Amino acid sequence: MSRVTFTIDGKTVKAIRGQTILKAAEAAGIFIPRLCAYRDLTPHGSCRVCSVRVNGRIQAACVQTVAEGAVVESETPELQEFRRNLVDMLFVEGNHFCMFCEKSGFCELQALAYRFGIAAPRYRYLNPKRDIDLSHPDVYIDHNRCILCGRCVRASQDMDRKNVFQFVGRGSRKRLQVNGDSLSETDLKATDEAVSVCPVGALMRKRVGYEVPVGQRRYDGQPIGEDIETREDK
Amino acid sequence: MSPKPRIATASLAGCFGCHMSVLDIDERILELATRVEFDRSPINDFKEFRDRCAVGIVEGGCCNEENVELLEKFRKQCDVLISLGDCAINGGVPAMRNNIPLRECLEQAYLKCPGTYNPLNVLPNDPEIPLLLNRVYPCHEVVKIDRFIPGCPPPADAIWAALTALLTGRSAEPVYEHLKYD
Ligand code: SF4
Ligand code: SF4
Ligand code: FES
Repeated sequence: MSRVTFTIDGKTVKAIRGQTILKAAEAAGIFIPRLCAYRDLTPHGSCRVCSVRVNGRIQAACVQTVAEGAVVESETPELQEFRRNLVDMLFVEGNHFCMFCEKSGFCELQALAYRFGIAAPRYRYLNPKRDIDLSHPDVYIDHNRCILCGRCVRASQDMDRKNVFQFVGRGSRKRLQVNGDSLSETDLKATDEAVSVCPVGALMRKRVGYEVPVGQRRYDGQPIGEDIETREDK
Repeated sequence: MSPKPRIATASLAGCFGCHMSVLDIDERILELATRVEFDRSPINDFKEFRDRCAVGIVEGGCCNEENVELLEKFRKQCDVLISLGDCAINGGVPAMRNNIPLRECLEQAYLKCPGTYNPLNVLPNDPEIPLLLNRVYPCHEVVKIDRFIPGCPPPADAIWAALTALLTGRSAEPVYEHLKYD
């Protein structure tokens, strides 16, 4: 396996040739914020929350591969501001009511906002009109919370081998579509990976909400990414 | 002795839960009472401002013209204005009506809702009732806000930390555990 050496914020990182910057950073115990990237799903490069500067140019760390001697910047004020704005925009673009969202405390969008210290959004709410599909007996889609990250699209295709989800439309009209008249007309099962990978409360299992008490939920005490930053084996 | 700083609070389109969270600072409220003077607030039930205030705390967003009027008054009367809680910061639950036309909301609530008793079939339309806005606005879309304490309601510790920081002239960034949207 051929190796390359590069730096992230001045820290020397050794990585496997062909690895993405995001994965290499993670292996070195450096957390680069991300939303559309998820474990082994094919990177999508759509949310740009993972943006870093590579040799002076802004690149998405989840799709950009490592190169020998590259100088990567991640935690600069400029990039942090950039990510903060992206997260802010995702909040105002949909309808997020964390106070009664079943995903609250486990939601990656919310957790990033906490990590970035966002107390209030700086953009105006768009209050779009979006639907909720409750037709399926075990799963529902709340489009108000969908951030169009495409994780479910990729997981359904690559892991479940089902192709239940696709995107339709462009720009502000882009939305998640299922391959049937409604979710109940698809062969989606509650146990499908596609349901597990949703970072927000858009694609949810029924009858399991609020299972974990407030205070004990994933991001109540531990900021997102801290597991990567405090890993022992790095 | 210089006069104590004055604190005023108001509830706009909120449920008073944020005020309950203020009370939730428990016995520290006694310490607060020795350090500040409460002006217009439900704590002393003053309905009008007595004097200029160092800190104004506003709960709830703006859903009607009375909310806007009161918020503008607070802005004029207070040196530092705090948006307390999710309704003040993003409209909260009342803002769920924001993507539904106002008439449709009113018809659903007063005419079509199962269990509604409205024999004359009229929508409330009394000059005494503040006029509803087309949508619910977060406070910072109406006036300038200096500080935000999110949460539904915000943790009492977050309120205490923010108030003590303000009273001692520190600018405390919220600690991770205090930043909550629920
Ligand atoms: S999906 Fe996340 S950000 Fe959106 S309402 Fe739910 S908890 Fe909040
Ligand atoms: S439903 Fe969830 S996983 Fe699918 S695109 Fe929307 S936010 Fe992403
Ligand atoms: S995580 Fe890289 S673009 Fe979304």
